[in-house]
Amino acid sequence: MTPLDRVLLLVTGLLAAYQVVVGIDGFSTLPMVAYTIAFGVLLVAGLLLIILGFDVLDSPIVVIASTIIPLALSLGMVWQHLPSLRGAYLVFVLLGFLAVVVTRTIPLCSPLPTVVLALIHGVAGVIIFLLPLLLVQQGAMKPAFALVSAGGALIGIAGLLLSFLKTGRPILAQKTILRILPGLLSVTTACFVAGFRFG
Amino acid sequence: MNALAAKLRLYWPLIKSLQTGLLVATGLAGYMSARCPLFNLPTMVGLFFSLVAAISGSTILNMWWDRDIDARMRRTRCRPLAAGRIGPDEALWVGLVLSLLGVGLAAVLDPLYGLIIFAGLFFDVVVYTIWLKRRTCWSIVWGGVSGGMPILAGRALGLGRVDAIGILLALGILFWIPTHILTFSMRYFDDYQAAGVPTFPATYGFSFTRATIAISSILAALAIGFAAWSIGMSWGCLRLLGVLSSGLLLLAVAVTVRPSERTSFGLFKYASVYMLSAMLIVVIGVL
Repeated sequence: MTPLDRVLLLVTGLLAAYQVVVGIDGFSTLPMVAYTIAFGVLLVAGLLLIILGFDVLDSPIVVIASTIIPLALSLGMVWQHLPSLRGAYLVFVLLGFLAVVVTRTIPLCSPLPTVVLALIHGVAGVIIFLLPLLLVQQGAMKPAFALVSAGGALIGIAGLLLSFLKTGRPILAQKTILRILPGLLSVTTACFVAGFRFG
Repeated sequence: MNALAAKLRLYWPLIKSLQTGLLVATGLAGYMSARCPLFNLPTMVGLFFSLVAAISGSTILNMWWDRDIDARMRRTRCRPLAAGRIGPDEALWVGLVLSLLGVGLAAVLDPLYGLIIFAGLFFDVVVYTIWLKRRTCWSIVWGGVSGGMPILAGRALGLGRVDAIGILLALGILFWIPTHILTFSMRYFDDYQAAGVPTFPATYGFSFTRATIAISSILAALAIGFAAWSIGMSWGCLRLLGVLSSGLLLLAVAVTVRPSERTSFGLFKYASVYMLSAMLIVVIGVL
């Protein structure tokens, strides 16, 4: 890991810490908890990458941790902006997370773990990407809120790159993925923080 | 001038700059947690120099006494005292002068503050290093007690008395220190065995040691968290502390459930980052 990688991961951690401390003040309880979890995972992940290096990505817990971020972010957004879907989406998030944990903990010789992961990431990713754009288009939020969509797209790319890398069928060479990952994480976090701050 | 610079370079590893820096940071955070006027420059300067002098002095005295152990351990045999690059008499004098300077300056600032700093030095040098370190693996408790003194002293200086929050903060450091020392005692197990120093892994085994690390990390997070809440920190800062504490707890569980050298070392490093961050949050949180 290069010094620049460490700086970028530190920036990621600091931005996530800022969001946890001041970026979500004034929100109602559940979104506050959900965003704290999402940005908290980003912060701790950034610190662990700095401390342990990219080897930490070999851990099986990475898949579970990388599921928490989109699930928690999308839950916060649904709770804030789609009140009629609150209950249903909360159930989806809880069951989805449980399904990911179970299918990643118990060894299964079937495509089920991949299907579960794709479904959970897919739904959460679509919400994070499309909901801010729709809200901006409807005039419910300021244009800067679209940056959350950009963050959603970027973290989706990061998730895809890492997932395929872990399944042994990488989209890009491992070296390339590790080279762009710190930058991708810091830009993603910056987009989220700016989107919530100015949107 | 060059001779002085060379001497300072020799003494630098003797004061364990990172550990000393972290303990000084806890003392400053303890002081600021009392919501003192932040720009009380003379007190802040006095606090800083008394802590640096007392902690550096006790660390040098610790290395002076343990130079025979250090010489037998691969990890420490290159330390200036163990390698013979600094004479033991000279190191003893420097350690004593620094310690006296630190305690004296602390006593001038405030007698209670001076007393707590002296207690920290006494527990570290006399109780931990000289009396117990070669006799029992439980000596680390006293190492932890002395490590908790700077933050307790800093808060006592700010308040003029010892209070429950100060004790909680000190407990946070006390429980954090086993994470640090026990990880080292597992990582350098053979070294400690060769030197004949009783350690937790040698006495109770690795599983018990890992469980102790996990439990002490959890207790450290609880003590710091409860102290932060009692101080009246903002919700935002409490949230951030909660997030960092969760990371510490998860790593502690990982070390127990899926033990590996990498995870243990990760917890060791993370615990240091956690403590420094917690101190920063305490300072920011009371602003």
